Amino acid sequence: MIFHQALGTQSFTFKDLKELLAKATPLRTGDVLAGIAAINNRERVAAQYALAELPLKHFLKELVIPYETDEVSRLIIDDFNADAFKLISHLTVGDFRNWLLTDEVSTEELKKLSSGLTPEMVAAVAKLMRNQDLIYVASKCEVQTSFRNTLGKKGHFSTRLQPNHPTDDAKGIAAAILDGLLLGNGDAVIGINPATDNLKITSDLLKMLDGIIQQNEIPTQSCVLSHITTMMTLMEQNAPVDLVFQSIGGTEATNKSFGVNIAMLQEAYDMALSLNRGTVGNNVMYFETGQGSSLSANAHHGVDQQTCETRSYALARKFNPLLINTVVGFIGPEYLYDGKQITRAGLEDHFCGKLMGLPMGVDVCYTNHAEADQDDMDNLLTLLATAGCNYIIGVPGADDIMLNYQSTSYHDSAYIRKLLGLRSAPEFENWLNERFPL
Amino acid sequence: MNSKKHPKIQTDSGLIKKEHLSNYTFARVNLPKSGFAINMSEVLAFRADHASARDAIFTAFDIEKIKGELSPLTLDFIEVSSQAEDKAAYLKRPDLGRMLNEKSNELLEESVNSKEKDIVIVISNGLSATAVNENTASVLNHLIPKIKESNLTLAPIIFATNGRVALADEIGEKLNAKLSIILVGERPGLSSPNSMSIYFTYAPEKGLTDESRNCISNIRDKGLPPISAAEKLFYLVNTALTKRISGIHLKDDMGLTE
Repeated sequence: MIFHQALGTQSFTFKDLKELLAKATPLRTGDVLAGIAAINNRERVAAQYALAELPLKHFLKELVIPYETDEVSRLIIDDFNADAFKLISHLTVGDFRNWLLTDEVSTEELKKLSSGLTPEMVAAVAKLMRNQDLIYVASKCEVQTSFRNTLGKKGHFSTRLQPNHPTDDAKGIAAAILDGLLLGNGDAVIGINPATDNLKITSDLLKMLDGIIQQNEIPTQSCVLSHITTMMTLMEQNAPVDLVFQSIGGTEATNKSFGVNIAMLQEAYDMALSLNRGTVGNNVMYFETGQGSSLSANAHHGVDQQTCETRSYALARKFNPLLINTVVGFIGPEYLYDGKQITRAGLEDHFCGKLMGLPMGVDVCYTNHAEADQDDMDNLLTLLATAGCNYIIGVPGADDIMLNYQSTSYHDSAYIRKLLGLRSAPEFENWLNERFPL
Repeated sequence: MNSKKHPKIQTDSGLIKKEHLSNYTFARVNLPKSGFAINMSEVLAFRADHASARDAIFTAFDIEKIKGELSPLTLDFIEVSSQAEDKAAYLKRPDLGRMLNEKSNELLEESVNSKEKDIVIVISNGLSATAVNENTASVLNHLIPKIKESNLTLAPIIFATNGRVALADEIGEKLNAKLSIILVGERPGLSSPNSMSIYFTYAPEKGLTDESRNCISNIRDKGLPPISAAEKLFYLVNTALTKRISGIHLKDDMGLTE
């Protein structure tokens, strides 16, 4: 559908929904690089006016990537819950934003609504919202998941302990784990990004993590963030796999570039479920995402990076993950240029994930060629914690010596817990207090 | 008082001792604290490392210094630039860094010699001028004599300001070279602001992608020393020219066949 919008004496035309969404997106380098961003600020605001007037129902008629050519589009349409959508089916995107901010919209109501939202509706409303809207509405959402502890309860804030080492050295990793546990990190997961995809090394890492968790009876879970095919092979060999990890994106072609598809994810999910290793619950998947991955894989179909990102959440929620986080500043300045763009994207991703019913965490991070520093990380961390983010990443001194980027440190979670009175996952907190009282 | 219990972390080679955490890894473990926060000294140490990484990106590409260090080799040089006019454009638009600007195109066309050359070497500041300023001469002073001894022909050395890796393929194609090599500054890490990579492509042409290239990375004194990098590169370049391939089909079996 073609959209026309006047702004003052000037009139603007947007040739379809995909273009309207891209042009309405707050400025970021990735959309400029893709050649789909608004050409100036006035065109951006004109697109936002037109988007605000668009009925939510329209998103069911016009898809940004055709049903026939993309399995994520098929999943979005096939899993859409028309009953849940009824609550808001009369609203435009702009009205939807206003409605979300009203007091009558409660945590319970948002929970019931999530299956009636397509990712494009959610991405669209996020584009119109101010940062404070993204923070406030996300803070109303509560998404709890569990494996060996309970994550995502209001008032709680968790961390993934990320003890990476450039050569997967067992002692180096173990030292970083002990340091993190002593600083109260690791209730979301103890999760290693391995330096190789070697089966033996991955299996040894899994056994070491399992040994540490069992010997100390830590109410948490482990993960080695290898490709799902590696994890499936290791599950067949009875390696101690708690969570299965995969990077995912919002288009079939993006996922192909990651070497996965929906059927493979389903198979891995079923295998992990059948292991029954959770004690409190059975959320067994861990996903990572990030704006820009589709463009980077030349798999974006002209869809803006924030909409592509939100589509990946539709895929994620099919598998009831324990954890999902956007790795928001990792991809580099050609997608998110500076602290401002990274901050905005982090708040959008967290909001969109939460609204879609996901236990959203964020890797608050940046690379050295981005215009950002640790102060930007402090800002985003503080904003996300007020928005009710489920977890962040804890890295020794915020410096990941394997992935060569900066995230948040073990100490940063102590700061935010103290500042806002937030607590670890209840089971983990009890364990810390009983075993290692201050 | 300080004998507070802590979790037992066992590895195959023994129990991890809390007092010795920093002996096991160069990660920033066991940092001194004030209250919950990281102590001043460590905050400053982190900032100093970040400053080195940031400055490496914006440091000037010191072409004259590198030329001086290469002078014993009596080489011809040509200076070109990508379409990324400044560092901000370079960072935002990788596509511009993969294309020569108009003036550079003309310059190369003027200097092209219809005779095919075996190798063209391109040097670009990339994401760390510090890396190429420091490491280029050490690599080339070791590599180029070997190339000459093998009777391989060399096109003029190209200094390409603000180039991405793929720019070397366009240059190689323009100069009619069988193989293009690019020395380029890597994205600086917090502990490695001066790390250089070398990529090469057999039968270079505009539009090729990563699977057509081979890479030697982490070249710096504390990583892969420049002389070792030169040895490895010479071995791989010979293999590529003999087998007439590069990229995913060219495996690094140096050491296996010796």
